[in-house]
Amino acid sequence: MLTKRIIACLDVRGGRVVKGIQFVDIIDAGDPAELAHRHAAAGADEIVLLDITATHEGRGTLIDTVQRTAATLFVPFTVGGGIRSAEDAAAVFDAGADKVSINSSAVARPELIGEIGSSFGAQAVIVAIDARRAKDSADPVGDAEVYVSGGRKPTGRRVVEWAIEAEQRGAGEILLTSMDTDGMRNGFDCELTARVSEAVQIPVIASGGAGTAAHFAEVFQRGKADAALAASIFHFGVTDSRALKDELRRAGVPVRLPC
Amino acid sequence: MIQVIDYKAGNLTSVVKTLRYLGAETNVTQDPELVRSASKIVLPGVGHFQATQLLADLGITDAVRESIARGAWFLGICVGLQWLFEGSTEAPATAGLGQFGGMCERFPAMYDGAELKSPHVGWNSLENVRDDSRLLRGLPAGGFVYYTHSWRAPVVASTAAETHYGGSFTAAVERDNVMGVQFHPEKSSAVGLHVLQNFVEL
Repeated sequence: MLTKRIIACLDVRGGRVVKGIQFVDIIDAGDPAELAHRHAAAGADEIVLLDITATHEGRGTLIDTVQRTAATLFVPFTVGGGIRSAEDAAAVFDAGADKVSINSSAVARPELIGEIGSSFGAQAVIVAIDARRAKDSADPVGDAEVYVSGGRKPTGRRVVEWAIEAEQRGAGEILLTSMDTDGMRNGFDCELTARVSEAVQIPVIASGGAGTAAHFAEVFQRGKADAALAASIFHFGVTDSRALKDELRRAGVPVRLPC
Repeated sequence: MIQVIDYKAGNLTSVVKTLRYLGAETNVTQDPELVRSASKIVLPGVGHFQATQLLADLGITDAVRESIARGAWFLGICVGLQWLFEGSTEAPATAGLGQFGGMCERFPAMYDGAELKSPHVGWNSLENVRDDSRLLRGLPAGGFVYYTHSWRAPVVASTAAETHYGGSFTAAVERDNVMGVQFHPEKSSAVGLHVLQNFVEL
């Protein structure tokens, strides 16, 4: 049976893993390569490394960090941040990434999705969407808005429509981060995740708000997510993937165990 | 020495890195002569079946055919497994090697009255693992492996393991010296390393 994936995310700034709350108030959490291996050994199904300040500071992705992390990592490895062209993506794949995550650059130039996909396959392209509910709308979920540049800039685009366009342009997966719930550890935005998951055929990775095993069970069952991503709850030893999966299995969620 | 064929199709770096990690001497090649004289050949691949057209264009298809006939060990991974079949509806004009019967087809949009998401991405279990498989020898029952694909090979007489998603498909195929896996052993943690170790030790 296809299992629900638990993805450990490393937000990297200046070669160090950091964690922010609602995209600001950054604190240091350690070395990317070391943390990636610790997560994989603890049962994470995938690792995502996001160079969170790359777009904002106009810098390339940290190729040597990617190389060092990928060297002995034998689970799927995604890299995002600062990938603006098929050439940028090629450099990241050469360094050992299996997938790239593109966000601001895909919004700025949606053709990029197909350009990377045609060279490396759709499975290698994750379109990341940073979303904020439209608080003043009659339908705050349906009208949720896409933000770019690390959550700094609203785009006026609706999240569900952008997800559908990304799929049509050849994205292999959607990584949906709720800026409203990110870092709060109060649970994922299940309504928004379900809305996007129902609108597309490709897998949806839910992100933002993980605090407890119950939050994960909820986003898989009610939020219809195919995978869920979290960072801070793993970094500081609040829980590890194996303990989390034990609880998920008890809740009736199919997970990769033993791992 | 394992000759890993480079036809510009994705996961080459990861496969080579993993084989070397396991201690295997590995060379990356596009040279049909090296393939023709190889004792072990790995054909990785992820992405579009169309990419395998380059194998015929480079003269590698014939070299692989000759190597297999004289007993060289061959392992196809993902699209590399699909290439062992007659072809794929993904690129109908591009022929496969035809070692196994049947065409690779897309996952159905609906299965058992429900929508089926595609691509099939994630960790799924190996079922009906054949006891006499040399490639899968010693694997734990129900072991999980990582998949990412939209097309799949049918279950045939030489299927060595199946996986269930929208029905059964070939997870691994094996007949004598010819082997293939639809999953990514290079990304399947301990279970995947075990499979590649089995191949390295043949």
